[in-house]
Amino acid sequence: MSDVRNPAFTPLQLAEVRRLQALYPDPRGALLPVLHLAQETFGYISLEVEQYVGALFDLTPAHVHEVVTFYTLYFRAPKGRHVVSVCHNLSCHLLGAKTVIEHLTQRLGVEVGATTADGRVTLLTVECLCACEQAPMMQVDDRYEGHLTPEKVDRILEGLR
Amino acid sequence: MTEKIFTRNFHRADSHTLSVYRETGGYTAVAKALSMKPATIIEEVKKSNLRGLGGAGFPAGVKWSFIPEGSPAPKYLVVNADEGEPGTFKDRYLLERDPHAVIEGMLIAARAIDSRLGFVYIRGEYVQPWRIFSAAVREAYDAGLLGKGSGFDFDIVVHRGAGAYICGEETGLLSSLEGKKGWPKIKPPFPAIKGAFGQPTIVNNVETLAAVPHIINRGALWFSGLGTKTQGGTRLYSVSGHVVSPGVVEAPVSITLRSLIYDECGGIPNGRRLKAVVPGGSSAAILTADEIDVAMDVDGLKDAGTMAGSAGVIVMDDTVSIPEALMVVARFYAHESCGQCTPCRESTGWIYKIAHRIVEGKGRKEDLDTILDVAKRGAGTTICAFYDGAVGPYISYVEKFREEFEALIRSGNGA
Repeated sequence: MSDVRNPAFTPLQLAEVRRLQALYPDPRGALLPVLHLAQETFGYISLEVEQYVGALFDLTPAHVHEVVTFYTLYFRAPKGRHVVSVCHNLSCHLLGAKTVIEHLTQRLGVEVGATTADGRVTLLTVECLCACEQAPMMQVDDRYEGHLTPEKVDRILEGLR
Repeated sequence: MTEKIFTRNFHRADSHTLSVYRETGGYTAVAKALSMKPATIIEEVKKSNLRGLGGAGFPAGVKWSFIPEGSPAPKYLVVNADEGEPGTFKDRYLLERDPHAVIEGMLIAARAIDSRLGFVYIRGEYVQPWRIFSAAVREAYDAGLLGKGSGFDFDIVVHRGAGAYICGEETGLLSSLEGKKGWPKIKPPFPAIKGAFGQPTIVNNVETLAAVPHIINRGALWFSGLGTKTQGGTRLYSVSGHVVSPGVVEAPVSITLRSLIYDECGGIPNGRRLKAVVPGGSSAAILTADEIDVAMDVDGLKDAGTMAGSAGVIVMDDTVSIPEALMVVARFYAHESCGQCTPCRESTGWIYKIAHRIVEGKGRKEDLDTILDVAKRGAGTTICAFYDGAVGPYISYVEKFREEFEALIRSGNGA
């Protein structure tokens, strides 16, 4: 059984890795996309996942670690079933990001950076997501949610199981 | 009413599809470009006065001409869709609502620089734009517009980033595309000589490429005539903050900041007054309410001591605390500094700490001069333009709103 401690892609996923690698003049160009695939598959990028992915690219675990730690979208610890990332950059700040963040910490009962005890939601603050026309806004998993009010935030949270 | 180029189809729900793009003349420009010599295409784009619309404002045709002529090396075209400059969101609209204009612009640029392979680097958070753009690329393949044997012999790889502002810097982007952390590289060599995977590469912004089909179809003179003497065309302004109607506004580059705020976006809501505006993304120096009678083109804003940048316009009304705004912006630069160059890594961190303590009421008398001193010393000493971008707000916020900072420091309990 493959998991974050003993990661292994399925044959189908390995074929996808080879396909991605073949798209670039140097197969290492596919490292970021393959790390996305690894995170979707294993939940987060553990040291074991770094080592496993490194081997697929003939890269040292140190190189992969350097990459994983550089970018914000790779998680190095278990995350909640949903990730809520609230923008706290300038336009959202001007239009009430602080209120949104306070409301979320209160409703979820966690500080920014933490995951609810039931593993449902990880709450983060992030820099500009470039949807300032909808400020204040946040990203909920793959979606952008804008024009946030406490009421709208509550409705969104209710939809997260 | 000026003519809309980029946004002409935005109102249509299916504007991202090939059929709608074709209905409005899509993919006729690339057919025309095929009958033109590469050098003629470059000449036409030079004459159009199309400036790079990602931030630096470099003339697009001139950039293309830096690719060594007749070089047998593979050449790559890279689209910078790593939109991240705070206050900017126009590339997201283009990726979602007019992806085929970007693809057609790529095909024409590829012919101009003799490239067979292009990459579109989309920021990792843009999942929806990435899906829509990828679907458009598949549609173009299915229609025989892309791939070997298509007549264009050009392939597009859509690449997702993973969250790092610095990858919007073109050499940082290339490092990232090569499977590394996004550290910028020293120039020269410029990417046109040694870029992605060590080969000659052109990196263009999404909007810059989306303009190209229109230039080829309607001519350089038409495009240059829409703008100022040194910059052609319209461009997309991302307007946010305290305006009645925030959003993407397409306007000629000669529009004034005042007209953009009051005529296009309905002015300041709730009966408040304008206090300040950031005209070109957070890295642009701030303008006060009495500095908005300025043209929004690259050179107009340069003359006003700020920059057009990514055309992200952030409007602040008179309720805004400028020290708090500086803290928010400084936090961003401290978080996003890639850490490679000491002046940037250290200064961004320290200036954030100082701005934070000022806001907390713990500012010290000497803090403002320290910020200015640190900002000015570091400018121009780093590998890329990131720190110079941070210096824009550091200096302008403090110099233009010094009294507000001083009052806050005086009222606090700092040493």
